[in-house]
Amino acid sequence: MIALSIRNLSKTYKNGHEALINIDLDVAQGDFFALLGPNGAGKSTTIGIVTSLVTKTAGSIKIFDIDLDSDTEKAKSYLGLVPQEFNFNGFEQVKHILVTQAGYYGIHAKEAAPRADELLKQLGLWDKRHTTARSLSGGMKRRLMIARALIHRPKLLILDEPTAGVDIELRRSMWGFLQKINEQGTTIILTTHYLEEAENLCRNIAIIDRGRIIENTDMKSLLNRLDKQTFIFDLKSPLPEGINLSNINYQQIDELTLEIALNKNESLNAIFTVLDQYNIEVSSMKNKANRLEELFLSLVEKSEATL
Amino acid sequence: MNNWIAFRTLLTREIRRFLRIWPQTLLPPAITMTLYFIIFGNLIGSRIGEMDGFNYMDFIAPGIIMMAIINNAYANVASSFYSAKFQNHIEELLVAPVPNYLILAGYVTGGIARGLCVGLIVTVVSLFFTSIEIQHLWITLSMVVLSAVMFALGGFINAMYAQSFDEIAIIPTFILTPLTYLGGVFYSISLLPEFWQNVSLFNPILYMVNAFRYGMLGVSDIRIEVAYAIIITCIIALSSFALYLLNKGTGLRN
Repeated sequence: MIALSIRNLSKTYKNGHEALINIDLDVAQGDFFALLGPNGAGKSTTIGIVTSLVTKTAGSIKIFDIDLDSDTEKAKSYLGLVPQEFNFNGFEQVKHILVTQAGYYGIHAKEAAPRADELLKQLGLWDKRHTTARSLSGGMKRRLMIARALIHRPKLLILDEPTAGVDIELRRSMWGFLQKINEQGTTIILTTHYLEEAENLCRNIAIIDRGRIIENTDMKSLLNRLDKQTFIFDLKSPLPEGINLSNINYQQIDELTLEIALNKNESLNAIFTVLDQYNIEVSSMKNKANRLEELFLSLVEKSEATL
Repeated sequence: MNNWIAFRTLLTREIRRFLRIWPQTLLPPAITMTLYFIIFGNLIGSRIGEMDGFNYMDFIAPGIIMMAIINNAYANVASSFYSAKFQNHIEELLVAPVPNYLILAGYVTGGIARGLCVGLIVTVVSLFFTSIEIQHLWITLSMVVLSAVMFALGGFINAMYAQSFDEIAIIPTFILTPLTYLGGVFYSISLLPEFWQNVSLFNPILYMVNAFRYGMLGVSDIRIEVAYAIIITCIIALSSFALYLLNKGTGLRN
């Protein structure tokens, strides 16, 4: 089953700007899907059209096989949206916001109230349930928007930069929460500027640039395309004098740090074997840059070069 | 989808909003209308004498109540819907499977609720100054509701087009208030020269005020059936236009 099917979607704004040019996209049911792209690429326009906040110029959208134009209400009932900007009434109490949103989906307050309680507890907002939304911290507001998007138990959840401006601890706890609801069967589409987030969470990915989908594949195949990776090795002791590491492509950053570039056909074992010969112990190792980030930049650069 | 629950939710939210900010929504009309009764009714009215066979205070009471109802029905929808646009929380509704006619009905009914609430408050205030007995109960009640519907629709259309809070204030200040004062709240149009009597007939508020006055006092400058026909026609035209704007996404969707 396809959760979201987009066909020939185009959007031209009144000022003539072509935000989307004939894009096609499928997201399978149960997927955790990343929609990435540089600023102004068309991600938010795509999400806006799918969630009925932006009118399209041409094309069609189906949500769980329901056409958004011909059976709008039914198609919308499957969707939950966590937008990029805070968009709740700051003067309303946290729990009221959730119960009201449930009401818009035809859920009676008696049924919505325990659902709201459960979500507020899961997202660490239980103590704030009677607080007005404007008094919440930035991270709490983000969690409130997630709770609001989930109150009607959508089959497809769209998150537009859900962790923007959120500290790393909270971001990781939100990742855990999203993974859990995805495992429970909710299809998730995520846009993010934290490529580490997309790499960790998403199984499939589409990259959009200047209104066109320039890549649409699974995360594993995409990452396999990396020709070269650069690792940072932290050493326990400085390199001995006169050491010969000529068969390793490395650069010494300081006496305890090496930057080693590894081609796709080379293995890390070979590096460790050489280092082991000289009794060089490695205390830690990490990628210099996020793998997806390297690919993302190369794809976007390639796309710009072809225009 | 249970549309009734969605409608009730929206209406409850609207009522909760104007009750939460009652010092801005319910108190000012009570004070203003009390001042009208004291100044125009009591102090000046006592020198005016009778109008259409009633003492001046009794004559203006229906007009003042109606003025409060239409102003508040209009203001409630205009400010609530524009605030929802301004704070972007209108998106909560646009994303949800709520049909456009239900969004319109929810906001308009919210406006009617505030209009009725304020109307009730002003009526209670008026009882300290007058001793009106309602002559035609159903005409009085239907005119209250129809007038509130019409002006709530006006407020909705105003908010759809508004790009700033100033634009929410322009229509009430430069159009609604003059039309209200010229709509026979404080006088019978029979006092005007014939030309201005004819001009007054283009003012829809004249029909509301007079039909309402007929319901309360049994006197009117215009025929009641004409008032109903004009108000119902206006309601059909305004609701069709508001729905057209909503379907088009004017001021809401890019």
